[in-house]
Amino acid sequence: MLGLNKKDTSLLIIVAILTLLAPFILNPFPAGSAMAQFNAGYPDLMQRFVIFGIFAIGFNILFGLTGYLSFGHAAFLGVGSYSAVWMFKLLSYNVIPAIALSVVVAGLFSLLIGYVSLRRSGIYFSILTLAFAQMSFALAYSVLSNPKFNLTNGETGLQVYADDPQILQGANSPDLPHLFGLPMRSTYTLEVGAWSFDFNAGYYLCAVIMMAVFYLAIRIFRSPFGMMLRAVKSNQQRMNYTGLNSKPYTLAAFVISGMYAGLAGGLMAAMDPLAGAERMQWTASGEVVLMTILGGTGTLIGPVLGAGFIKYFENIFSKINDNVLHGWFSFLPDGMEDAMVFIVHPFIGKGWHLTLGILFMLVVIFLPGGLVEGGQRLLNWVRGRRSGADDKTAGKTEPAE
Amino acid sequence: MGILEVKDVGKRFGGLQALSDVNLSVKENTVHAIIGPNGAGKSTLLNCLVGKLIPDSGSVMFDGQSVLGRAPFEINQMGISRVFQTPEIFGDLTVMENMLIPIFAKRDGAFRMHAYETVANEKGIVEQAEQMLEEMNMADKRHMHAAALSRGDKRRLEIGMCLSQQPRLLLLDEPTAGMARADTNNTIDLLKQINEERDITITIIEHDMHVVFSLANRITVLAQGTPLVEDDPQNIRGNPKVREAYLGESA
Amino acid sequence: MDAFLLQILNGLDKGSAYALIALGLTLIFGTLGVVNFAHGALFMIGAFCAVTLQRILNLSYETVDETQTDFLGNPLKVKTPYVESWFGPEAGAAIIDWSVPLAVLFAIPIMLAVGYVMERGLIKHFYKRPHADQILVTFGLAIVLQEVIKYFFGANPIQTPPPEALRGSLDIGVMFGFDPNAIIYPIWRLVYFAFSAVIIGGIFAFLQFTTFGMVVRAGMADRETVGLLGINIDRRFTIMFGIAAAVAGLAGVMYGPLNPPNYHMGMDFLVLSFVVVVVGGMGSLPGAVLAGFLLGILESFASTTWATTTIPGINQIIIYLVAIIVLLTRPRGLMGRKGVMEE
Repeated sequence: MLGLNKKDTSLLIIVAILTLLAPFILNPFPAGSAMAQFNAGYPDLMQRFVIFGIFAIGFNILFGLTGYLSFGHAAFLGVGSYSAVWMFKLLSYNVIPAIALSVVVAGLFSLLIGYVSLRRSGIYFSILTLAFAQMSFALAYSVLSNPKFNLTNGETGLQVYADDPQILQGANSPDLPHLFGLPMRSTYTLEVGAWSFDFNAGYYLCAVIMMAVFYLAIRIFRSPFGMMLRAVKSNQQRMNYTGLNSKPYTLAAFVISGMYAGLAGGLMAAMDPLAGAERMQWTASGEVVLMTILGGTGTLIGPVLGAGFIKYFENIFSKINDNVLHGWFSFLPDGMEDAMVFIVHPFIGKGWHLTLGILFMLVVIFLPGGLVEGGQRLLNWVRGRRSGADDKTAGKTEPAE
Repeated sequence: MGILEVKDVGKRFGGLQALSDVNLSVKENTVHAIIGPNGAGKSTLLNCLVGKLIPDSGSVMFDGQSVLGRAPFEINQMGISRVFQTPEIFGDLTVMENMLIPIFAKRDGAFRMHAYETVANEKGIVEQAEQMLEEMNMADKRHMHAAALSRGDKRRLEIGMCLSQQPRLLLLDEPTAGMARADTNNTIDLLKQINEERDITITIIEHDMHVVFSLANRITVLAQGTPLVEDDPQNIRGNPKVREAYLGESA
Repeated sequence: MDAFLLQILNGLDKGSAYALIALGLTLIFGTLGVVNFAHGALFMIGAFCAVTLQRILNLSYETVDETQTDFLGNPLKVKTPYVESWFGPEAGAAIIDWSVPLAVLFAIPIMLAVGYVMERGLIKHFYKRPHADQILVTFGLAIVLQEVIKYFFGANPIQTPPPEALRGSLDIGVMFGFDPNAIIYPIWRLVYFAFSAVIIGGIFAFLQFTTFGMVVRAGMADRETVGLLGINIDRRFTIMFGIAAAVAGLAGVMYGPLNPPNYHMGMDFLVLSFVVVVVGGMGSLPGAVLAGFLLGILESFASTTWATTTIPGINQIIIYLVAIIVLLTRPRGLMGRKGVMEE
């Protein structure tokens, strides 16, 4: 189907079903119940899942296929957001031109940065992208925000003001981002008994776009171009002596992933019409690296999983406080309860970044293939146990990809 | 006029004159061996032929065109393929993919953004790759990761990858170094067959005299960065100058 | 002329910090072949060594002074630091006053230990892994260290004042024959520069004149050959990592009075130090030092009112701009050797 083989088609279908039914899947607990804190089915968070999914899918096209580790992809995300908000300011609140421009501008910006950074490879490349991203951050934060030439509105962040031209803004169109009149914020809440499910216009826009770019990513992975990118990672020397110029291939991958980042940035602005410089900081770049690795570098589904995993736990961990902990451990004797709360305390709430850092290290050390590899290992282990009794040749299976 | 004409090539590294006044003419459809003791400049010369190094002086013409100043990928596109001392293949890719890449490169040139097509749908190219794998006796290994191949198989794969591009000139850098006798003999047979059946000119740098004398129909002896003699194999055997150059090593 | 000199001087303190961190990065990279993204965190840990020592020295016990009363009429509680009761009020107060310089002694063993544990416990297992993995795992470690410090010390900067005697400024212009008040320069900045110069000199002397240093330098040039000589290069490299950690830590200890330590100071300096290393030339120790001071001074010139009114914010991007220009025109950096980290 759609020019994909069976395996990829079923993967795409699974992803489509999961994203479309996300409002149900992510809200398994009744609204008022104690477990409701683990629900993730509210619009804001669901939007973040798919937007960061897009970001990570794009990053994986560069890092997963070519092995070039960019530490500056947040810059493209930020540029995307700024472009989108400018479209809101100049044209109208319709999200289509905003998203289109964010992709185009991020593409051009990544072409420029990629052209320079790719003159070097290996860690030089990582450091160069890092430097560029930090420079972009400084540019956005202060340089391009002065009375003479205010492109980014500095610390406050770029937003739409009443006196902005908005030349295409119709009299009746909503005064916030919309898709041909359908506001991104509009949410339909379905109440089923004690459960409630939110269906948000913005989320579905993002979800549809994510499925489209996920499909594109599959095509790229299976294309001759994708194969050449993996050849770049595997052996550039052989590549050059096979009559292939590795530079344009890598640059193309860089620009494509930059455009994915720009798209993610544009969507962010479309959900909430605000763009700030902190989106470009290198910790933000580190986050997308983490998502990709945690999910599984070079796999199709990994980055999406990683993005969902991190955004979900970021949300949950940040919400948990000591009271919640005491509730959890209340079955323990008093002293034990306090001790447990004391031990867990540094990792929750504002301590989420600590947990994230530890997770990062553990994954890189023990599970370089990420969740996807972990899942495969688990599956093999279960299969091995089940078939181990009657089939001793279980170990002869093909090596996992 | 040979297919490869090297004229007065010199190359200096700091204080070391690695090559000086190298003249070499490789005739079409021959197997031309370049031999010489360690440090004679064999590898430097080879690197000058494929664009990895640019000589300080002289010229290198392939089929009437200069190769100097061109990048390795451009020189490959002109029709020169190179086999390395330790096999250079795409270890993370499957054997089949290894074979597909050079065929794509031959058809599409140095860069083509075919990002929306699917490899499996390129029937013609897949067929060619299948065929080449058959010829290299590797068809049963097509789904293996290339890194998992034995050393002999890696060498075969690398040669197969070069052949799939139908080069006019195949350059080999000590292709049998570190190989067992049986593997060496297989490689000799393979190269002979390539030269005779496909009309591919071969230039080989080799240490192993058994390989050289089984294959070559023309030999250049390099010593201290400059050609000592260029002659037919039978004349090289008895040449006192060659013996002298090798005395330190083979004695 | 004097304004020019003042800007050069202003660049020295940041330049010193860049140079010290970049020196450690280069040492680690040159010897172990590892790109250490946690090096900035070591700088930060150093600064917090000073904070910790300051807090330890200020540990006090309370006594009730019956002769005085507070404004509510209750007897006044007096806090006396333990050091004052042990060494007498004057000596004790002096010790507290000099806590930052004292922290240097306090930090050396701590930083060596941190470096040792880091190398043996983590970095060692990554020698054979790809550079990307090294970057990622040290990046994770940097986050962890930063968050741990934040957990214990909070997110706000903590003041670590220099000793009374080294506060204030000096009219050093007069010494060089300029008009009075032309070049007024804070004393601690001079101290920091002198301190850095001593450490940099010490490292170079150590590498140049000791057998240990000779082996390390040989190892940086060609690790395999040195290994073949039967020298246990790995153990020396572990020690080298400890030293690099200590250098970064000491740079942090003394930096506190210039800029109150906070938990993210390491990351801030790390990115710039990487740029310094790249500009200086990967693997070149003199390059790292030279580039550190050059970029520090350049930054200081870009921070002048003239520069910032001409191009607003130029001070924040100047280093990156220079780095990009250097890399485009001289990809190996100012003093980089051929063959280091090239394909």
